[in-house]
Amino acid sequence: DWDDVPPSSALEEISEEEAVQIIAEPLLPLQSSTLRDYVDHSETLAKLVHLGVDLSQVEKRQKAGQLLLTLDFEKDIKKILLFLKDVGVEDNQLGKFLTKNPYILAEDLEALETRVAYLKSKKFGKAEIAQMVSRAPYLLLFSVERLDNRLGFFKNELGFSVKKTKDLVIRLPRLLTGKLEPVKENLQVCQIELGFQRNEIQEIVFKTPKILTASRNKLKQTFDYIHNIMGIPHHMLTRFPQVFNSRLLRIKERHMFLTFLGRAQYDPAQPSYISLDQLVSLPDEVFCTEIAKASIQDFEKFLKTL
Amino acid sequence: PGRPPPQRVRFLPTPGHDGATELVPTMVPVLAEHPLVRGPRFRRLKIGAGHRLDVKASGVFVLGIGHGNKLLTDLYNCHLSKVYTVGGLFGKATDDFSDTGTLVEKTTFDHITREKLERVLAVIQGTNHKALLMHSNIDMKTQEAYELAVRGLIRPMGKSPPIITAVRCLQFAPPEFQLELHCLHETQQYLRKVVHEIGLELKSSAVCTQVRRTRDGVFTLDDALLRSQWNLQNIRNAIWSCQVKVQAEIERTLG
Repeated sequence: DWDDVPPSSALEEISEEEAVQIIAEPLLPLQSSTLRDYVDHSETLAKLVHLGVDLSQVEKRQKAGQLLLTLDFEKDIKKILLFLKDVGVEDNQLGKFLTKNPYILAEDLEALETRVAYLKSKKFGKAEIAQMVSRAPYLLLFSVERLDNRLGFFKNELGFSVKKTKDLVIRLPRLLTGKLEPVKENLQVCQIELGFQRNEIQEIVFKTPKILTASRNKLKQTFDYIHNIMGIPHHMLTRFPQVFNSRLLRIKERHMFLTFLGRAQYDPAQPSYISLDQLVSLPDEVFCTEIAKASIQDFEKFLKTL
Repeated sequence: PGRPPPQRVRFLPTPGHDGATELVPTMVPVLAEHPLVRGPRFRRLKIGAGHRLDVKASGVFVLGIGHGNKLLTDLYNCHLSKVYTVGGLFGKATDDFSDTGTLVEKTTFDHITREKLERVLAVIQGTNHKALLMHSNIDMKTQEAYELAVRGLIRPMGKSPPIITAVRCLQFAPPEFQLELHCLHETQQYLRKVVHEIGLELKSSAVCTQVRRTRDGVFTLDDALLRSQWNLQNIRNAIWSCQVKVQAEIERTLG
């Protein structure tokens, strides 16, 4: 009504004590594409930054930024971090782990524990589980049936025993988290186009499992060069499959240098034989001085004439 | 590294001596500027290319980074000549003049000798020299033109069709041969066509096996960086050493 006391207007003067007690901060933006605006006002985000999580990478993922803001450090994140420490992930690796896989913070603790128990029941040791989890952060997101299917898939496709499959998976845990169709196609390519026998493929995959995840075109090009132009037969390639891992340009340069010097001898029966793994894995200086018996300047000058 | 993160005064609650929480002003680093939150400082680099080099050719390739792209346009307007080493093979002819195309015809080449090749090269050099003089738009009858010609500085300072200023035969081991060419305003496909035409002149046919640029204006093979040398230190050293040469050349030509 008109007789009631009118509400105090904003332009009235107030006493000093009242003024000090007013806290006025600019509002947080309601919508933003970066986490930078919220990091100063959120304890969770601040603690994650101190742990080492790279927020600029996380905010690029779908919905991961939203997830981090809604979680509370004390209640949810702490439990999962303690669980990861139990599994064996190091303290300094936690930041990298969470950067690659922030979705693990939304998982249920019991589900994670069942999965670790499943891995232990398959007789993976504690250190091995720790290593697999640190190298493939998505591993614990997969349910037990999915992990089971994938292990079974690798056992059947490659024809390995249980122990060998386990060994393979420990060395390259990405096999379990990656897609399966490229792996199948790579195996088909190895068998049909490259012409390897089944036991040869098994040996190669056991020595260099990365060949299953390599790109098909590069694999074909590398094999084409090595087999047709360098003239290396299949059984040599089975003994030294590391050549498939290295870059084609490197192999080409070194091979052309050796042919120029007249030292390109890949047959173990002949004298001054050069093994394929030495060709590929040695750094440039050692390669020049020991294998090619020439100086690095000669190598560089030769490369400039190609 | 670099400047320390900016700090801000924030009022943080701390337990006071009589039990009640007080707001105490403290300097706290602003987390929004933390490198993990901000991301990498440099995300992109503007790189421009000098004269084109196509996929099958190799050799010196000039690149400009950031503000250096402006120097690239100046270098282009200097119209400096480029030196190529071209390797060819007699006896074959393909549709795209190089050895990876589809074969069109095969011919004999026993009748080719070094002298015949050198005669053909001299004819090419002669016709190209006439074209050079024509396109450089200098009146032939002045004293100034004579002095420039003596010093070898006649150049077309505008658009012109490809011109070869000098040709030399480096190696001749039939059916293979190697030539060194100094040219202006050319493309690598034009050079391969020249090889093909040399083959036709000698009443045989030729394909081009290798095109390699040994010099691009002021940049030679010694300044060039190999694939294994593509790191920050080497690039910085290369820029440093070439800066003086580029500046001198631009001042000399464009005034």
